[in-house]
Amino acid sequence: MATDYIITTEELTKRFNDFTAVDHISFYVNKGEIFGFLGANGAGKTTAMRMLCGLSLPTSGKATIAGFDVYKQTENIKRSIGYMSQKFSLYEDLTVRENIRFYGGIYGKSNAFIKEKTNWLLQQLNLQDEADKLVGSLPLGWKQKLAFSVAIFHEPQIVFLDEPTGGVDPVTRREFWNLIYEAAATGITVFVTTHYMDEAEYCNRVSIMVDGRIDALDTPVALKEKFNAATMDEVFLQLARKATRIDN
Amino acid sequence: MKQFLSFVKKEFFHIWRDKQTLFILLGMPIVQITIFGFALTNEVKNAEIAILDQSKDAATTQLISEIRASQYFTVSAFLNSPNDIAETFKQNKAKIILVLPASFNSDLKHLNKAQVQLIADASDPNTATTLINYATAIITDYQKNINKTSQIPMVINTQVRMLYNPQLKGAYSFVPGVMAMVLMLVCTMMTAITIVREKEIGTMEVMLVSPVQPLKIVVAKAVPYLLLSIVNIISILLLSVFVLDVPINGSIVLLMGESILFTITCLSFGLLISSLTGSQQTAMFIALTGMFLPTIMLSGFMFPVENMPLPLRLISNIVPSRWFYQIVRAVMIKGLGIEGVWKQTLILIAMTLFLLTLAVKKFKIRLE
Repeated sequence: MATDYIITTEELTKRFNDFTAVDHISFYVNKGEIFGFLGANGAGKTTAMRMLCGLSLPTSGKATIAGFDVYKQTENIKRSIGYMSQKFSLYEDLTVRENIRFYGGIYGKSNAFIKEKTNWLLQQLNLQDEADKLVGSLPLGWKQKLAFSVAIFHEPQIVFLDEPTGGVDPVTRREFWNLIYEAAATGITVFVTTHYMDEAEYCNRVSIMVDGRIDALDTPVALKEKFNAATMDEVFLQLARKATRIDN
Repeated sequence: MKQFLSFVKKEFFHIWRDKQTLFILLGMPIVQITIFGFALTNEVKNAEIAILDQSKDAATTQLISEIRASQYFTVSAFLNSPNDIAETFKQNKAKIILVLPASFNSDLKHLNKAQVQLIADASDPNTATTLINYATAIITDYQKNINKTSQIPMVINTQVRMLYNPQLKGAYSFVPGVMAMVLMLVCTMMTAITIVREKEIGTMEVMLVSPVQPLKIVVAKAVPYLLLSIVNIISILLLSVFVLDVPINGSIVLLMGESILFTITCLSFGLLISSLTGSQQTAMFIALTGMFLPTIMLSGFMFPVENMPLPLRLISNIVPSRWFYQIVRAVMIKGLGIEGVWKQTLILIAMTLFLLTLAVKKFKIRLE
């Protein structure tokens, strides 16, 4: 297998009793790529992502993250990835600086590293004046950007974003995607799930999950061509309508 | 270690920022001790006593002056005839009446045996019982005193014997109870809530993705509350000794050690709750019904375990605070050493290990 693949899966499956949440999916993600992971609710996105993050053990199949095996090397995987959940994942009762410090701390970064990177980050996000304010007092868009920056603070090889822009206005979403591009430019692979099809257009490649399987995987341009659709929205609808599984 | 310290620091920030909760946590023991020690006490002070002295001699005068000297009673009236008794109660002039018969002195001298009658207003049975006990104790004391000087011993029929708490002080039983209650509230409820809160806001997921071991997360959560509890134990003990005059008869080191053990029991229970539930409300509800109510009802703090029906007595065995309550009473009031409480201590240790193992196991299962 070529070393340029940062994520590889082969027939990856997760079963809960007789329910197959993820059904033999095989795909790979290139290093430095922005990979969109799409699917309707209940299609198995979250379960697949949890397996890739080392939170959940697969029932069968193979997968490697940054070259590490998801069965045996979960500790190594955890060190190589960043994660931003769909719930807002910073502490509202801690200041911006304390939040950054805490997340730097749990990844075992040195004080010097944390201090230097914090200053750089605050400057980058234009948050110098808010550094000692409680996160709870910031507008949602800022929090979201901060949460992303915190997720890649420890300089992971891959960052997993689980519906990162839920409830954010279009302007802020645009700014958020600029951050994603910046991160990708530094070589971080971005693995993102979303429900916004305009965001799918921003990805290098997208996969669409239906009923636990990956039904389509290509660049947005190629997908639109293949499904004879004008937008990713249409592509998604064509595929999602085939779903037989009831949305849970 | 660095990860762990970042965690503990963060937990302190949480507690520190939430001034309201912090205030409640530190103020609660003080308020409770004060309420239980003074307001809710079943001990009675300065109760009105009326005296019907039909003898009016040196012996009765002596007895009356001893009643006056006690802080439990204030003599509110002297009655002239037995007919006044009913009226005195009706007008609420006294809660208890001491009747000394005309033959009191002569009976005492010639028969070596005298009788007194205590009549209490039993519309408040608890107070009445308490007052009767106080009065009987004073009379018994008086009889002992006169026995010292007389050659022929007097026959004493009443025998009131109150070990360890001769004055029936309420604080003696409330202090250990309040300790159990406060520790449980701080440790069980707060630990459960703080972990569940992280699940609710989604930060727990982020932490599980990070390289931190789950056990470290759990322990880091517990450390600040352990420290907070130690502060609470100290403030309760200081209040008991200096404000409520409840002595610490046993070893302070042993008492602190046992309290910390119980704190850990409570923390483990809190952890267990947090790994079983996903919402703060549920966690709070389980903590209240699972720990708080049994502590009040079944630990022996409010109601004596011996008086409970068999099923409740059996259930009380699995309530950790019951054992802690016994330990604190034994060490603090009776002044016993570890040899007096080793059994209870072992039970608490076993409970703690059981709860902790279960909590950690459940916590891990959730990751799968």
